Amino acid sequence: MTTTTPLEPNPTPPNGEPEHNERHWKDFFGFSTDHKVIAIQYFVTSFVFYLIAGAMATSIRIELATPNPDFLGYENYNGVLTLHGTMMIFLWIVPAGAAFANYLIPLQIGAKDMAFPVLNGIAFWLVPPGGLLLLTSLLIDNPPVAGWTSYPPLSLISGQVGEMMWILSVLLLGTSSILGGINFVTTIFKMRIEEMSIYDMPLFCWAMLATSLLILVSTPVLAGALILLSFDLIAGTAFFNPTGGGDPIVYQHMFWFYSHPAVYIMILPVFGLISEVIPVHARKPIFGYKAIAYSSIAIAFLGNIVWAHHMFTSGTPGWLRVFFMAATMVIAVPTGIKVFSWVATMWGGKLRLNSAMLFAVGFVSMFLVGGLSGVMVASVPFDIHVHDTYFIVAHFHYVLFGGSVFGIYAGIYHWFPKMVGRMLNEFWGKVHFVLTFVGFNLAFFPMHILGLQGMPRRVVQYDPELTSLNQLCTVGSIILAISTVPFLINAVWAWFWGPEASANPWNALTLEWQTSSPPIIENFEEEPVLWSGPYDYGIDREPKDEQSVSELLAEVKAEL
Amino acid sequence: MANSSTPPNQRVTVADAKLRPSRLDLEYHKRKRYYVKLPTSINTLIAGILITLISLWYGQNHGWMPLAASEEAPLVDGLFNTMMTIATGLFLLIQGAIVISIIRFRQKPGDNTDGPAIEGNIGLEIVWTAIPVVIVLVLSVYSFEVYNEMGGLDPAASRDPGPQKTAVAPGSAMAATLPEGDGEQLALGVGASPATQGRNAELAVDVLGLQYAWIFTYPDSGVVSGELHVPAGREVQLNIAAQDVIHAFWVPQFRLKQDAIPGRQTELRFKPEVAGTYPLICAELCGAYHGAMRSQVVVHPPEEFEAWLQSQIAQQAEETPTVAAALPSESDRLQARTADWNVTSDTLASLHAHHSF
Repeated sequence: MTTTTPLEPNPTPPNGEPEHNERHWKDFFGFSTDHKVIAIQYFVTSFVFYLIAGAMATSIRIELATPNPDFLGYENYNGVLTLHGTMMIFLWIVPAGAAFANYLIPLQIGAKDMAFPVLNGIAFWLVPPGGLLLLTSLLIDNPPVAGWTSYPPLSLISGQVGEMMWILSVLLLGTSSILGGINFVTTIFKMRIEEMSIYDMPLFCWAMLATSLLILVSTPVLAGALILLSFDLIAGTAFFNPTGGGDPIVYQHMFWFYSHPAVYIMILPVFGLISEVIPVHARKPIFGYKAIAYSSIAIAFLGNIVWAHHMFTSGTPGWLRVFFMAATMVIAVPTGIKVFSWVATMWGGKLRLNSAMLFAVGFVSMFLVGGLSGVMVASVPFDIHVHDTYFIVAHFHYVLFGGSVFGIYAGIYHWFPKMVGRMLNEFWGKVHFVLTFVGFNLAFFPMHILGLQGMPRRVVQYDPELTSLNQLCTVGSIILAISTVPFLINAVWAWFWGPEASANPWNALTLEWQTSSPPIIENFEEEPVLWSGPYDYGIDREPKDEQSVSELLAEVKAEL
Repeated sequence: MANSSTPPNQRVTVADAKLRPSRLDLEYHKRKRYYVKLPTSINTLIAGILITLISLWYGQNHGWMPLAASEEAPLVDGLFNTMMTIATGLFLLIQGAIVISIIRFRQKPGDNTDGPAIEGNIGLEIVWTAIPVVIVLVLSVYSFEVYNEMGGLDPAASRDPGPQKTAVAPGSAMAATLPEGDGEQLALGVGASPATQGRNAELAVDVLGLQYAWIFTYPDSGVVSGELHVPAGREVQLNIAAQDVIHAFWVPQFRLKQDAIPGRQTELRFKPEVAGTYPLICAELCGAYHGAMRSQVVVHPPEEFEAWLQSQIAQQAEETPTVAAALPSESDRLQARTADWNVTSDTLASLHAHHSF
């Protein structure tokens, strides 16, 4: 296939501009308003923080290879686990979702850029200072040690400076996320090409619509909670401080009002990515477009009314525990619809098992485990046993690593040719997948059993009877750490020397594949034509008709 | 074996069933819109039976739970086993479908055509929406029953009186609107099971969590201990409080956990059944030595418990009761850390005094 379809010469050059500006490498290192540049900035920044937080995870696992505190020790362990959690959430998965949203939304709806390009640039540039502030907080005398949940009173008595740095950092990153959310919603509603109704949108846009609504509803509440917490911390108020008559449980409600939806803020964009990757590589339309689209909205709605399931053993009355149990269980229904639909999309297709598809299939398979244990922990009596144990650690890593991270990798392998204009190496992609899959399951599956047997989370020492399972987890985590090496080498090598990618190497139908790889500044030579639905694979083509997508596209253009 | 294209009077043989996929393939090339045929072959039936049997067996025999030592534990285990059965079934079904897709529906080398244009199937979608609805409904009702049976809905332990210390602010108009605020014993947590509601537990113990130890006070005898000793077969009520930060009382063998929250009373009422010594673990991050905040629960046969209680009374009559903190060597450092905390609370106390008029 050729790189771009030869089109009729444009009769009127847009706005008299003779040529498109050229992309310069310096654009990536400064303030840019181009959504594609901002997206790459998000990708690289969040991946760097992922590597740092991953190194912290490995050091936590090395510490836990023995039941005694002998590697990080009492002094450093809580600081490292606090930063590991905070960075993985606020500096890796959330901004990685924003990276995909930035890159894909304008391209998929045929827009030239986001609705508010300057705001978009500002949103990104809040991330590096937030991240650096957080990293510095680990190096000072009193690092934040109260976990990423930062519950008072512990967070109020374990060192003012570190905790304050943690609060400021999360406030910066939360603000960035809100600014992003405003941009995504506006862009999706206002910037679609005319022919594209909301039901012609790729499912990733639906997922980002749901995500952005969640961000806009819940993130301000976290900001409120953290500002009140900082008053308690530095101004001696008593919103949450029991010695002054405050109530620490109120903080938990406010915190989880954001932080449960945060799980969906981290997983919904990935649901969207998977809904794009699977149909392309299964060569089959997505199974149940509307069901998947609506289930994203349903998850976003339900995600807002389940927060107190994190507080079943806290200061919550029985009726409240029961209500939140029922609401949480209901989320299994829209989530189940998605999983079944993805499997049905693969069933009977013609699967191209390349790296992108392997990670997508791995996502469905691993997320399923996290979903099943999720229904279990929704049940109040069972959760009373496993709350704050390694069962929970296992559960959320299956959702956020087996789910989000696998999905992000699937997305990277799928869109790397579009973003960079070069192909990743398939062999090393598969090596990366196998190592990740094996390491991940070895590291996190035994944690279910550890939790049930009696290992609480966030401990630096544990019952020596649990040593062998813990060592299995440590081995898995080291394999997981190693698995990023082939990916890094592959990505860096392909970026400079990989084989050049065509405009549409996967024969995909969504609009981003109708422009060059990488797309030009302002995306399309002329406004793209919506000549098919986003997933119309195998439709209206006779078996003998071997027309390629670009030929079809040329034909449609000629008819217009 | 129902198939719309087969006349009802014609017998369907196994051979026919085997031929069906190839006939489907032909149809894919003839028609523009395609519909999913539910797989109804013998193989599917066998797979279904196998998945059911494996799930039923594994749900009972996973062996992941520790010993069940309280009256409440078997209830939780029964619920967990049911959830494990359902989860195993769904796991095998969906992973099976994924693995079969990968093997059977892999792109053949050189075949660059698309798959069939199946865009959905309303019947199938209704089924896989309805099945999870039924499952979560059943699990919710079952969980509710278990929780009620454990005592989670005991009115004395399931209403929120708010933080006790501030429920009635002196001179505040709010006092009138909080009739239950003064003196009535209301706490959060797991209370009496429906059978014993309204009656006092046979043994009450006051539990105080602090960095990094548990202190148990037996109000009837005045005994103070760093370990929890309880008689088997008697109902025990723990009134849980915390001194500094949030802790959580967890005994895995009892399947029970409740946070200890500063400024707020919580409770846990249960009946230990099996004599033995079990770990008592703090499950809420409470500081640098959180992992070291472990003690034990000793469940005695009833007469042995009496003997222990008497020995404690005799011992504590001799010496002043002292409870060793888990890490006394660290107390200096801890005091340094809580120094500004004390200043803050003093300042606040003065502020409150000032404000009350």
